[in-house]
Amino acid sequence: MTGPTFRFSDPVDFLVIGAGAAGGVMAKELSTAGFQVVVLEQGPYLRETDYSHDEIKYTFQPGLTNDIQTQPLTYRKTDAEPAKMLKAIEYGRQVGGGSVHFTGNYWRFHESDFHERSLFGDVPGTSFADWPISYADLEPYYTKAEYDLGISGLAGANPFEAPRSKPYPLPPMPVKSSGVIFDKACKKLGLHPFPAPVAILSQPYRGRGACVHCGFCESFGCEMKSKSSTLVSVIPVAEKTGRCEIRPDSYVRRIETDAGGRATGAIYFDAKRKEVFQRAKVVVLCANGVESARLLLMSASSRFPDGLANSSGLVGRNLMWDNGSLSSALFEHPLNEYKGIQVTRLIHDYYRSDPKRGFYGGGGIDARFDYYPAGFALNGMPSDAPRWGAEYKRMIGEYFTHTMSLLSHATSLPMERNSVTLDPDWKDAWGLPATRITFSNHADDIANMEWLRKKQIEIFEAAGAKKIWTQPVDAFSSSRHLMGTCRMGNDPARSVVNAHSRAHDVSNLFIVDGSNFVTSARQQPTATIQALAYRAADHMIQAAKNGELLHQPSRAFRDTRLHPDSRV
Amino acid sequence: MHSRRDWVLGSLGLVAWQEIAAAQQHAHDAVTANGETRLETLDPLTARDVAAIAAQIIPSGDGPGATEAGVIFFIDRALATFESVKREAYRKGMAEINRQRLEMFPQSESFASLSHERQIELLHSIEKTEFFELIRTHTLMGFLGNPSYGGNRNKVGWKHIQFDDRMAFEPPFGYYDALPGGEE
Repeated sequence: MTGPTFRFSDPVDFLVIGAGAAGGVMAKELSTAGFQVVVLEQGPYLRETDYSHDEIKYTFQPGLTNDIQTQPLTYRKTDAEPAKMLKAIEYGRQVGGGSVHFTGNYWRFHESDFHERSLFGDVPGTSFADWPISYADLEPYYTKAEYDLGISGLAGANPFEAPRSKPYPLPPMPVKSSGVIFDKACKKLGLHPFPAPVAILSQPYRGRGACVHCGFCESFGCEMKSKSSTLVSVIPVAEKTGRCEIRPDSYVRRIETDAGGRATGAIYFDAKRKEVFQRAKVVVLCANGVESARLLLMSASSRFPDGLANSSGLVGRNLMWDNGSLSSALFEHPLNEYKGIQVTRLIHDYYRSDPKRGFYGGGGIDARFDYYPAGFALNGMPSDAPRWGAEYKRMIGEYFTHTMSLLSHATSLPMERNSVTLDPDWKDAWGLPATRITFSNHADDIANMEWLRKKQIEIFEAAGAKKIWTQPVDAFSSSRHLMGTCRMGNDPARSVVNAHSRAHDVSNLFIVDGSNFVTSARQQPTATIQALAYRAADHMIQAAKNGELLHQPSRAFRDTRLHPDSRV
Repeated sequence: MHSRRDWVLGSLGLVAWQEIAAAQQHAHDAVTANGETRLETLDPLTARDVAAIAAQIIPSGDGPGATEAGVIFFIDRALATFESVKREAYRKGMAEINRQRLEMFPQSESFASLSHERQIELLHSIEKTEFFELIRTHTLMGFLGNPSYGGNRNKVGWKHIQFDDRMAFEPPFGYYDALPGGEE
């Protein structure tokens, strides 16, 4: 680790909680603007040399994600049933967060995503709403994110994409066999395939090397620094300023407030599970769409009895899910899809919701292969294939190199009944209440996934696949896209943060991550999480420079790790 | 034609090549197979039966299977380490298989000593159970997982599915992206 160490008892300008997709951006933006920043990350500080191609470690064990052995999670479909232990949600748990192990898909939202409620109308039983911002408000920040982080893609190739002020900084990645097959089939059907925009370097960029196509992106950390995580892109820039300290293994249990209702800092467990109170002038919560809500609920006090920033009662509500439908197909010749990044082509033809379909929803469909050897043999084969024995063995030998998949990225409607709450029965290894997830899909979300699944089959049929198989759309799978639990809005009674991700109830608390999402768009939230972070940071910097935000004069940092008064 | 190294150098520059070499060495060190043949968790008779079940899930016949991959050593080590919570499931599951065996084949002595046909018949009768799915999962992990866990010896599982574990590939990767006009 490099960078300064700040005293706990001296308030730093900004205390960022969570060093992931949003927190990494915050660290860089705020420190390069001249402010002191401490970033608390509950996971470890890993480097590219810590990663490997170990499927058992990264896909059969928690790997780079939350471990329910130490941080239990419970799940129930509705609040009418008891919650049971289940890893219903998954998030990246190290410096860089989910940007370290994600597949790298990097889609901007469409213009319509920000005002779909007005376009489509109400969906009964949901809290479907427009965003308080438009695509135009976010466009400069999408561009900034793409250039800061290093995104590969081809501007203008997607006829449905929103206007952009600049092309991608890097050309698209080379197309794989799945992309070629998909491309031809889609064109035959009159659809518009385009190169996938990804947070993976197609060429050397800002001191990092280009992707070497090893194939281990999804669920893995990149050993080549070619995946544009915040760990290898913006966090090193933040540390170089000398004003940003990243503190790994720092698990926050509470955001503190003073008598006036302003945030004063956060109490966290350090690596030795000792409690530390870091004071700060501004707290920026970037812990992800589940953990941010949980921490606010754990920060209840006499002034904020239902949880911090929760006068609306919406903290933890409107959780949206990583919905999708998956189909696979066998082809005559080898595709060798295990080589190279997971996704190289996709379509947005079915993205926009159309009332004529009879339900709200839409999606993007990408051509991919995101299986590794053992996982493919266990879960990737057709459901009517034998599951063991000589024929099974023969089949996995043929199928592994001859199979590709189509994955739909589908809508998830916001509903207050779907939530993050504190489990009354379970505690984690630090003695904190476990997270309880309550979630079940809206009927429209299921209808939409089924409709998209049929579109996938049409594409595979047009491609001349030898065999096609699909998974049932209502099969439960855990969510990695965590959205909606601190929604953004202009009305403090109907939202948790304002249009700049500032808590309505606490003037020096910002909440910036997937929790801000008002709607789910069509999944792939990372680009929008990061654009929101750049925009919120811009607002904070302006507010701080205008004397509106930082109420105590900044003091130079000192090279002192501990202060006796800092213990709680 | 460029050699792989030329291609890598040409597109990445020297620094990146050094990074590849370091990552490759790191990967190699991690998967250096240990020839461990000692059992830590399972008793020899149970191990013989578990190995026989694994050998039915991935038989040898047309090429190396679970036996040659050392799946039993993977399972034994897994139960001693990251899968230690599954030991009880093995104890109960194998007891249930033995109970089932005596019901189907009253004179038999162990799963491993059953004829090939009888082993298959017995496994069909339990193939929907949670325990069979657990053994199936462990067998595939041991056949196709990283050799550093004690299975997939000499990478026989990876060879069977034609998976090549390398730090770098160059396009075209498959048949379709190698076709003229396949790559843009």
